[in-house]
Amino acid sequence: MLSLGSGGGKSTKPSFVSYVTPEDMKIKEKEEGLRSKHPYLLPGEVVFCSANHVLKYTQEDSSQRGVYGTLLCTNFKIAFISDESASQETAPPFRNKLLSENDIPLTCVDNIYGVSDEKKKLIIGGQVKSKYPSKLIIQCKDLRVFHFSLTYAKEEEAKKIFQGIVHHSLEPKSLKCVFAFSYCETASPSQASRKSSLTLMFETKEDWSVELGRTKGNCKVSSANEDYVISEKLPQFFVVPFAVSDDDILRFLGKGIPFWCWSHHSGCALFKMACLPTIQEDGISQKYMHRMLDAVTQDQLCPVKIEDLSSCLPALQDLQLSYNKFKQLFLIDSTTEFWVSDMKWFSSLENSGWLEIIRQCLMKAVEIVDYLESAHTSVLIVEEHCSDLCCVLSSLVQIMLDPYYRTCSGFQSLIQKEWVAGGHSFLDRCNHLYQKEKEVPAPVFLLFLECVWQLLQQHAPAFQFSETYLTVLSDSINIPLFSTFLFNSQHHRDTAMKPGHPEAQRSPLNFPSVWDWSLQFDCKAQSLFTNPLYVEKPIQDKALRKTSHQKHQRQLSLPNTLSKPSPRKGFFKEETDNLKKIFLGKRISKWLNPTESSKELYESWQRKPLDYQGLLLPYLDGPSVRVWMQRYLRWVPEAQIFGGGSITTVNRVLELASEIQDLQKEVERRSCRMNSSTAWTQVYSGPPLSARLSSFPFTATHAWSFKPAIPSSIRQSLGSVSSLADKEDDDCQGSGVL
Amino acid sequence: MTMLGEFGFRLKTQTMASASTPTYNSNNLENNSSKNASRESLRMEPLADVPQLPGEERITDKDIIYICPFNGAVKGKVSITNYRLFFKSFEVDPAMTLDVPLGVISRIEKMGGASSRGENSYGLDITCKDMRNLRFALKQEGHSRRDIFELLFRYAFPLSHSLQLFAFLSQEKFSENGWNVYSAILEYRRQGLPNNKWRITFVNEQYELCDTYPTVLMVPFKATDEDLRKVSAFRSRNRIPVVSWIHPVNQAVIMRCSQPLVGMSGKRNKDDERYLDTIREANGQTAKLTIYDARPNVNAVANKATGGGYEGEDAYQNAELVFLDIHNIHVMRESLKKLKDIVYPQVEETHWLSSLESTHWLEHIKLVLAGAIQVADKLSSGNSVVVHCSDGWDRTAQLTSLSMLMLDSYYRTMTGFQVLVQKEWISFGHKFSSRIGHGDKNHADADRSPIFVQFIDCVWQMTKQFPTAFEFNELFLMTILDNLYSCRFGTFLYNCESVRDNMEVKEKTVSLWSMINSENGKYINPFYTKESSRVLYPVASMRHLELWVSYYIRWNPRIRQQQQNPVEQRYMEMLALRDQYLKKLEELQISDSPRIANNSNSPASPTQLVHHVQTPL
Repeated sequence: MLSLGSGGGKSTKPSFVSYVTPEDMKIKEKEEGLRSKHPYLLPGEVVFCSANHVLKYTQEDSSQRGVYGTLLCTNFKIAFISDESASQETAPPFRNKLLSENDIPLTCVDNIYGVSDEKKKLIIGGQVKSKYPSKLIIQCKDLRVFHFSLTYAKEEEAKKIFQGIVHHSLEPKSLKCVFAFSYCETASPSQASRKSSLTLMFETKEDWSVELGRTKGNCKVSSANEDYVISEKLPQFFVVPFAVSDDDILRFLGKGIPFWCWSHHSGCALFKMACLPTIQEDGISQKYMHRMLDAVTQDQLCPVKIEDLSSCLPALQDLQLSYNKFKQLFLIDSTTEFWVSDMKWFSSLENSGWLEIIRQCLMKAVEIVDYLESAHTSVLIVEEHCSDLCCVLSSLVQIMLDPYYRTCSGFQSLIQKEWVAGGHSFLDRCNHLYQKEKEVPAPVFLLFLECVWQLLQQHAPAFQFSETYLTVLSDSINIPLFSTFLFNSQHHRDTAMKPGHPEAQRSPLNFPSVWDWSLQFDCKAQSLFTNPLYVEKPIQDKALRKTSHQKHQRQLSLPNTLSKPSPRKGFFKEETDNLKKIFLGKRISKWLNPTESSKELYESWQRKPLDYQGLLLPYLDGPSVRVWMQRYLRWVPEAQIFGGGSITTVNRVLELASEIQDLQKEVERRSCRMNSSTAWTQVYSGPPLSARLSSFPFTATHAWSFKPAIPSSIRQSLGSVSSLADKEDDDCQGSGVL
Repeated sequence: MTMLGEFGFRLKTQTMASASTPTYNSNNLENNSSKNASRESLRMEPLADVPQLPGEERITDKDIIYICPFNGAVKGKVSITNYRLFFKSFEVDPAMTLDVPLGVISRIEKMGGASSRGENSYGLDITCKDMRNLRFALKQEGHSRRDIFELLFRYAFPLSHSLQLFAFLSQEKFSENGWNVYSAILEYRRQGLPNNKWRITFVNEQYELCDTYPTVLMVPFKATDEDLRKVSAFRSRNRIPVVSWIHPVNQAVIMRCSQPLVGMSGKRNKDDERYLDTIREANGQTAKLTIYDARPNVNAVANKATGGGYEGEDAYQNAELVFLDIHNIHVMRESLKKLKDIVYPQVEETHWLSSLESTHWLEHIKLVLAGAIQVADKLSSGNSVVVHCSDGWDRTAQLTSLSMLMLDSYYRTMTGFQVLVQKEWISFGHKFSSRIGHGDKNHADADRSPIFVQFIDCVWQMTKQFPTAFEFNELFLMTILDNLYSCRFGTFLYNCESVRDNMEVKEKTVSLWSMINSENGKYINPFYTKESSRVLYPVASMRHLELWVSYYIRWNPRIRQQQQNPVEQRYMEMLALRDQYLKKLEELQISDSPRIANNSNSPASPTQLVHHVQTPL
C-alpha cells in the first residue's frame, strides 16, 4: 500500500477522456500500489482517481457505523476497497468474476445523491462545482444502494473522487469510452471469443435456416441486406415470405416488410413489421402493403391478423415513468423508511403501474397466442420500428408456444433472434452513454424479463433456467462489456468493432457475448442458473436430440382444433380486407375485450392436465402477477428471511437431484451401462440452509448480524377503523354491532 | 427399505391424485369442503347417490337449481342430511357436485317471493362461514321452498332447535384416538416442568378458581394456592398468569393471563404485584419483566371504564409494559368481511392491490406476527414475559401460540401443532363456540370473529416463509379450518374445558386429530427438514405477507386451478424416481454375487435417506 497515503489525491492517469490533468512520474508507482491493493483490475482497466479514508456505511443507516477504505473510480467501475483484511470479509456465495461485492460498473449507476448539512440532493452531471458533499448515496440500476462518507478523506482526494465519479457515471460520453473497448484491446482474444455453442446468434444465413427448419417455416432467408446495403437498422440476414422480393425490401428500406419470427405447427406464423415512413395518398404504399399481406397469406395459406401495438400498449415514456416509480419502492435508505413504506406497500405498488404493464403485455401475448393456436391465423405485429414492444411480444408468444425457448440455449437464441438481430436499441434504451436528449430510455428488455419471470414463477417445471439466471441476466445489462447489450443494431456493432485507429494493425475487436457466462461466473456459480425442477422432454435417443428438429417437437395442445372450422375465420378474412384502413392511419381499437377473447383458450387449456412441454399460459388475475422478489428485494436487509424463503425448497430439490444423479450413476455402474449418463448439474454447496438468507445466492450471511425485524410505526395506518376499534371484545351480550 | 418403498408409493399416489385436480373439471369443482373420507368414496363410485358418514341420516331430497356464480344455473338434486347439504347436477358430463357440511352455514335467507319475476329469482340464499355464498332457485308454484327452507334451517342450526350437533351423532371410527394427543402434564414434562422454580397446581381441579381455564396449571413454585386465589380476584375472569412455555436453556417463561382489574380509580393489588415479581425472579436473569398488552394503548385505557386496564408503572416497578396494537374481534370480523367482498364470487380485477390493502386483513396479520416476533425475541434473549389482552382468550392465544411456534420446533411437527392448538386454544378457553357460532342461528352475533382463522393464516404465512420448517402442509391447515366449522368432530366445540367436561365431549364425539392422524400421509410437507433448536423469525412486512389465495379464493375454479404447487409436485415425482433407483440398486446388489462394498462414498445410502421422508408417529 506504500504510497497510498501520500499521494495527495493526484492519483490519475492520462486517459482519453482527459478530464483530469495527467500527472507526473508518481503515477506508475501509484498504479502499482492500487493494483496490489485491488487485484481485480481487469485487462484494460485504468484507475482514474481514488480517495482514502472513505467510510462506507453498513446497511443500518441510522447507526452510522461502517468500514474505512479506499474509494476509486476506474474506466470500468466505482470500487470500494475495505481497509479491513480480506479474511474478515467472507466471500459472497455467488461471486461475479468481473466485479466484487462493492464494485459498481459505471453504467450501473442510476442516481447519485449528495448529502451536505443533512440535506439530500440529487447530483446532476455537468453541474458539479468545486464543493463536494460530505456523503454520497449511490443508487444502482441493480437496486443496490451505497452510502459513502467523504468527511474523513483528504479534501483534495474527496473532491477529485466526487468529481470523477460524477463525470464518469453521470455525464454524456462517447461509445468508444465504454469499457468494453479498452478491455478488448487488452484482453487476450481467446478469453473473449468463446461462445456457448448451442446458442444461435442469428448472424449467419445458416442460423436462420436452422430455425426455419426447426419450426418447418414456409419462408425464405433473404440476403438482400448483406453488408448492410439496404439498411443499417436491419440485420444482414432475415427471413421473409417467398413472395417478398429484394426490390420490395429496398422500396422502403425494409419498412413495411413482414419479417418472419416463428412458425406454428399448423402452418400459420408470427411476423413483425415496421410501419411505413409516411402514408402517401397516392395509393402506392397502400398497394404495396396489400402485396406484402398477400405474401404473408399466400405462403402460409391462412388468414392474417394485424396487431398494431401502438394502439394497445403503453408508450415507451410511460414505461420509463412507471418503472422509475416502481424501482423507487426498493431503493430504501433506512429501516425507518422501510417500515413507513411498508404500510402503503400494496397501493404504492399499484400506483407505480409497473405490474399492470407486465399484465398488459402478457395479456396481449396471450391474444396473439390465441390467434396462432386456436384460430390458426398468422399474426403480424406492427410497431413503428418493430424493435421495442414488438420484441417483447414476439418473444413472449414464442416462449408460451414453443418449449424450445424455455431451455437455456433456446432462450438465449430467442434473445439473439428477436432482440439482437431484431435491432432493439439496447444502447439507447439503456442510456449507457447518458445522452439524454437523443433517444427515449426505457426498460423494454427488463420488461420482457419481468414477463418471463411471471411465467417462470407460475410454471417453474417448464423452464430449464432458474430465477437466478434471469436476475443475473438483468444485471448483465448494466455491465458495459457485452456486445449483446452495447449496440443499437448489428450494423452499429460491426462498425464500432472495427479497429479503432486506422494505423493500428489489428483485427476487429471481438467483444464477448453475455452468453459466455464463464466470463462472469465459475462452473459452480453457473450451476445455480439451471432449474432443478425442469421437466425435460421424455427420454429420446441422443442422436435425435442433437439435430434439435425432433427435440422440441411441439405437441398439439388443443385437441380437435384442426378439424373444427374456426368460427372466427370469416371475420379474419374481413380483417385482412380492412387493412387499407389501418394503413391509412386509422387504428382499430381493441378488437375484443382481451380477457373475453382468450377465455375459450384458457378454458380448453385448463381442461387438460398441464403439459410443461406444451402450451404455457400465464395467470393474470390480481393475485397471480407478483413482484420479482429476488431481483428487487435481495439487497434490502429488512426483507431478508433468515434461513427461509422459497430458496430453501429449491435447495432441497437440488439436493434430491444430486442424490438421484448419484444413484443413477451407481445403478449404471453396476449394470455396466456407463455410456448414457445424463448431465446433471453439480449441486451448489453453500452455507447450511439454516444460516442462509432468503436472498441467497445474492447476499452473504455475514452482512447482517441477525436480529428479527420488528415493524415500527404501524399504528397510524389503521387509524380509520375507528368505532369498532374502540369497542372492547368482552361479551357484547347480544347487543350487536351490525 | 421396504418401508421407504411403501411410503414412496403412497407419495406417488398422492401426487397422481392431486395431479388430476388441475383439470378444469366441474366434477370436483365445488366439493372441496369435505376433502375427507367422503371424497374418496365419491371418486370410487361416481354414481353413488349421496356420500354418507356413519351416523349421518337423510332428511330430504329436492330438485333444485344451483345458481353457480362461475358457470351459471345448474339443474340438479339437493339432498339434506343431518350433516350436510349435497347437490348433484342432472348433467353427467360435466357433472357438478356441491358438498357442504351444514356447520359451515352461517345464514339462510329466502330470496324473492312467489310473485317475483325473472328467471331463477325465487329461492334460497345461503351465506357460508368459509368465504362463499350459495344460491338455489326453485319453482315458484306451490310454496316449493317452504319445506326445504324449514328443514335446512332446523338442521343447519340444531342448537337453536334443541337438536344435537352432528359430532354427537357421528358413529365414525378411526384407528387413532385424537383425544390422546394432548395431555397437559405430559406436555409440561416435555418442557422440563415442573422443576424447582415452577410447580403444577390442581387448585382449579373443579374449575373453582377460574371456570375458563384448564384443570392443570403451571405456576411459580413460590406462589401458594392461597396466593393464586388472591391474584385471581384481581384478574379479569380470574384468568391468572400461568406458564405457557419455558425456554429450555435460559429458563425464561411465557406467561398468559387476562387484564388486571385496575378500573377508573387505578386499583392496585399487592398479591398480583408480588406474583409478577416472583415470575420475574424465577429464571434469575430477567431484570425487567416485559408485559405485552396485545391491545392498542387507547383500548387498554378505555378498558379502565369497565373495570379493566393495564399494569401501571408505579405498581409494577420491575416490569415494562408494551402495547402491541392488535385490534379487537370486531375489527377482525369486519376486515374478513371486506376481504370476502373482493374475492367472492369475482376477484377484484382492476385495483386488486389497493383493494386488498383496504381490507386491512394482511395488516392485521402483520401486527399479530410482529407481536409474536417480539415475544419470541424477548424470550430468546433470556427475559420472561407476560402476555395478555382483555380476557386473554383471543389475541393472547394468538401471540403465545405463534411465539411458541417460532421458538420451539416441536410445535412445527404434526403432533406438536395439534398439542399447541389443543393447549393454547382449546384448553385455555378460546371461545370457539361464541366465535364460530356452532349450530346457532344468530348470524349477526357480535361475539363471532375469525380469530382462529387469523391464527391459522399467520401459521400459513410462516410456512410460506419457511417452507422446510413445518412437518405439515397446507392441506392440514385447510382441513383444520374446514372442520372448525363442520361440527363433524368435537375438537372445536364449546367455549372452555369446564363446559366440554359437562357435555362429555371426549366421550361422545370423535376428535379431528383422530381422522388426521389415521391418514396423516396426505398432510405431510415433503420438504420438511427436521431442525431441533432453531428460532424462526418470519419477516412481518407487507413485502412478504401474501393473501392465502388457495384458502380464501378456493371456490373460484380459475384461481383454484393455479394453486397446484408445481414445485411440490415435481419434488414428489423426484422422490418417486429416487425410490425407483434405490429399489433398482437393491435388486442389483442382491444379484451381484461378489457384493461390491456398499456405496459409502455416495450421499445416498439408504440409512441417510431416511431423514428425507419423515414419518411421524
